[in-house]
Amino acid sequence: MSDTWASALPQAQFDGLIRIREAGLCGMITLRGDPAALAGPLRAQTGLDMPAQRRIVSAGALQLAWMSPDELLLCLPHAEAPTMVAALQTALAGQFATVANVSDARAVFDLSGPRVRDVLAKLCPVDFATLQPGDIRRSRAAQVAAAILSLEDDQFRIICFRSVAGYMFDLLAGAAAPGSDPALYP
Amino acid sequence: MLSLTCPCCGITAEETEFTPGGEAHLTRSGPGSSDSSYEAYMFQRKNPRGVHFERWRHAYGCGKWFIAARDTVTLEVFGTYPAQTTEPPAEIVTQIRARRPDWTPEPQGAA
Repeated sequence: MSDTWASALPQAQFDGLIRIREAGLCGMITLRGDPAALAGPLRAQTGLDMPAQRRIVSAGALQLAWMSPDELLLCLPHAEAPTMVAALQTALAGQFATVANVSDARAVFDLSGPRVRDVLAKLCPVDFATLQPGDIRRSRAAQVAAAILSLEDDQFRIICFRSVAGYMFDLLAGAAAPGSDPALYP
Repeated sequence: MLSLTCPCCGITAEETEFTPGGEAHLTRSGPGSSDSSYEAYMFQRKNPRGVHFERWRHAYGCGKWFIAARDTVTLEVFGTYPAQTTEPPAEIVTQIRARRPDWTPEPQGAA
């Protein structure tokens, strides 16, 4: 088995209205179960508290995002994911909960620039004026599901399924074409 | 356009983010039921002009099912509530009655 890992679109980048960068290898762990059961093991293993509804908590290289009432997404360095999954699975043994390493099932794009909300607003049925830094919004980008993480004021991250990475990149690059700013947001 | 608020994640989004799941509050007729009640459960659906209860799934969001009470003519949404509910909750009924005084809730289980 090959132990060489590659992200969905290595080095893919586009500069237009905004800066689009494929984020490279990202570790991602999906946790499902009763939040009360997940909270203890997560704090012990990562030091992170449970995020409030539709929020992200982060510490260092770790990010924990609220995905649904019984689902969390833990983002961490790609190489650390297998050990973290094993540790969480041990800690949650016997509980009605699942821990899955989904790192290589997803593609991640980093978007930055002052017009990032306008570009995303072309693709997603979301009011980006209501999205604060530290919020996560799951929605769609044109025809595919996407999780939109608002990291800082001018900085967003999009996570989608790896199988649609090419579509998502083309979509973002098209929406960020120079001269196509809808100027929806100040 | 229809805007719905998902009671599971609190997001208000337009309908393309959701998937419709048909009529809500069906009473299942399973093994041992008569052919006619099973047929009614399987195939007969209300198609009202006015107040209607529907199942929706927040397919592109949190993925959860919920129930929406809405008017099929005006698209006015009276409220949404969790799917783990066997009949319209009192506050939803009050909401509908405030807007549609001549509407009366149907007894549950009626085919």
